[in-house]
Amino acid sequence: MASAKGVLVDITRCIDCESCVVACRLYNGLDADTKGGAKPRQTGKNELAPNRWTVVRDNHVQKDGKTVRRFVKQQCFHCVEPACASACFARAIQKTPEGPVVYNEKLCVGCRYCMIACPFGILRFEWDKPFPRVLKCQMCLSRVADNQMPACASVCPTRAIVFGEREQIVQEANKRIAAKPGLYINQVYGAKEAGGTSWLYISDVPFEQLGFKTNVPEKPIPEYTWQVLKWTPGIFIGWGALLTGMYWYNKRRATVHNEEELYAPVDKK
Amino acid sequence: MENKNWSFRVTGFRKLLILFVIIAAIASLYRFIYGLGSVTNMSDQWPWGLWIGFDLLCGIALAGGGFSTALIVHVLHKDKYLPVARAALLTSLLGYIIALVGLFLDIGRWYNFWRPFFYWGYHSVLFEVFWCIALYTTVQVLEFGDIFFEKVHCPSLKRILSATMPFWLIIGIVLPTLHQSSLGSLYIVAVNRLNPLWWSMIIPFFFVWSAFFLGPAMVTIEGTLAARTYGREPEQPVFSSLTKVTLWMMIIYFIVKIVDLNYRGVFSNAFDGSYESNMFLTEMIVFVLLPIFMYAVPGIRNKQWGVLTASILVVAGVVFNRMNVVFTGMAKSAGGHYFPTIWEFLITIGMWSALVLLYCFIVENFPILTKEEHVSHGSGLGSKTGIHA
Repeated sequence: MASAKGVLVDITRCIDCESCVVACRLYNGLDADTKGGAKPRQTGKNELAPNRWTVVRDNHVQKDGKTVRRFVKQQCFHCVEPACASACFARAIQKTPEGPVVYNEKLCVGCRYCMIACPFGILRFEWDKPFPRVLKCQMCLSRVADNQMPACASVCPTRAIVFGEREQIVQEANKRIAAKPGLYINQVYGAKEAGGTSWLYISDVPFEQLGFKTNVPEKPIPEYTWQVLKWTPGIFIGWGALLTGMYWYNKRRATVHNEEELYAPVDKK
Repeated sequence: MENKNWSFRVTGFRKLLILFVIIAAIASLYRFIYGLGSVTNMSDQWPWGLWIGFDLLCGIALAGGGFSTALIVHVLHKDKYLPVARAALLTSLLGYIIALVGLFLDIGRWYNFWRPFFYWGYHSVLFEVFWCIALYTTVQVLEFGDIFFEKVHCPSLKRILSATMPFWLIIGIVLPTLHQSSLGSLYIVAVNRLNPLWWSMIIPFFFVWSAFFLGPAMVTIEGTLAARTYGREPEQPVFSSLTKVTLWMMIIYFIVKIVDLNYRGVFSNAFDGSYESNMFLTEMIVFVLLPIFMYAVPGIRNKQWGVLTASILVVAGVVFNRMNVVFTGMAKSAGGHYFPTIWEFLITIGMWSALVLLYCFIVENFPILTKEEHVSHGSGLGSKTGIHA
């Protein structure tokens, strides 16, 4: 896991040129047809869709008494301990050692539990297809595994997207905040959210005003589930043994019934 | 039991049910060809809809009568409840089949349904649910096989089944205990999404506990319906006596709810006047406290209308609770709205119609209900109820 990669998005530098959106579509061969899933919210230009793995969202926010525009590139956060992967009962979503959280359609059952699990609401489903897939940003796994930056980062003209080792990226984020404390909010979004994410953000306006979910717990989400799930074998054996004991104890004292004499098909005249 | 004549009387009401099944079958075919988006209102904000919320979560919960009755009758050997044991098993088996059919319709890549048998995502709650439900449905088929072979003669199979039945009975209680609770655990992962009035680390306890105490209530409703349909005397003393189980379990349920809310510091959320809080209070007052009161008063629980009304409240309450978890509690974080399409409703209605038809066919052809000792001259009662004629 030493070489897990990360990406920093510096919201103060984004100019909404959408080069990253185009690069993503070209590299991943996504159909430009805006129809996507044809479901409400998938049709809007700035909404993630099965064929739009990244979008740049335009926010009008108040800063120093003025209305300003801030642009937020949105895509899968690639959690360090992803809830979606832990929720998948067929191992169709996996965390790779390189960092990206990737989807394998061959194993996917299409149950959509990953969509319930994702704390950021990122995953998109092909509602119109007979054999639909769950689609999201794959963080250009083959590029990242080759130590190249994801397609979107490679084309950013303002260097608002910075790629590197995740640990270095977190340091870089803190360094930028420390260098300009008057500019940045003192928070690296993704440093701790959901136990840490591979995509991190710094901003000059509070994250909740930019549509970021601020109620994401800092404890890795799979840990909540595991806290309960780990009892399963114990309950299976313990409860089974208790029932067996009660069964034999009560059986000795119980009177025998001939069940064949007790029941009959109902009269259907 | 020598005769092998199968019979199924087709009445007007049953024709209607058959029509519902046919409509659902056609709609399902359409769904398989054109995708989920063509027949449902589900979306990326609402990935789970009526089929998961009602057919699966409620179907499995309502089938809880099977394992609670098995525990009471076969493990605790409370033999006075034996008359309802087989009917409870049958409803449970049919409930699981409905849930599995519903699930099959709902999953997008259904030809991959077997993958989790080989690719073990054991860190997923759904993995446990999947295995338990698959195994338990098999166990129920075996349990029912014991009854099946009372009519269809095959002595060697019958002997093997009878000899191994204690094992199947116990496995048949352990498995549902696990997955009834796990259906609740599914939502633990939604820690920042499900409203804290319902999200809890002990939601698995609430799910399995309510599925268990719902059992006697379900047996009461179903027994009363069957009695009316077939012009028999309801097993009134059994029903009234079973209320004790539900009563005490519901009191414990209520206390644990309050303690849990307090422990997590969200007790006051129940009174903040929000939509969620009102739904929560309705759930607690109308569907928990009211039936507790009705079961506690002998003058109500010993009357046929009393025990039936309270039981309907208990069953409706568990459905209400599951709906609150799947829809009410998730609404704020999901955004957008979801309301099922007419097709989602029609497919659901078709599946439950199939359940009623199968139930009727099986009790008319297999020894499920008790032999009629004190027959109440059948003919008139049936048509009066409108459930069946």
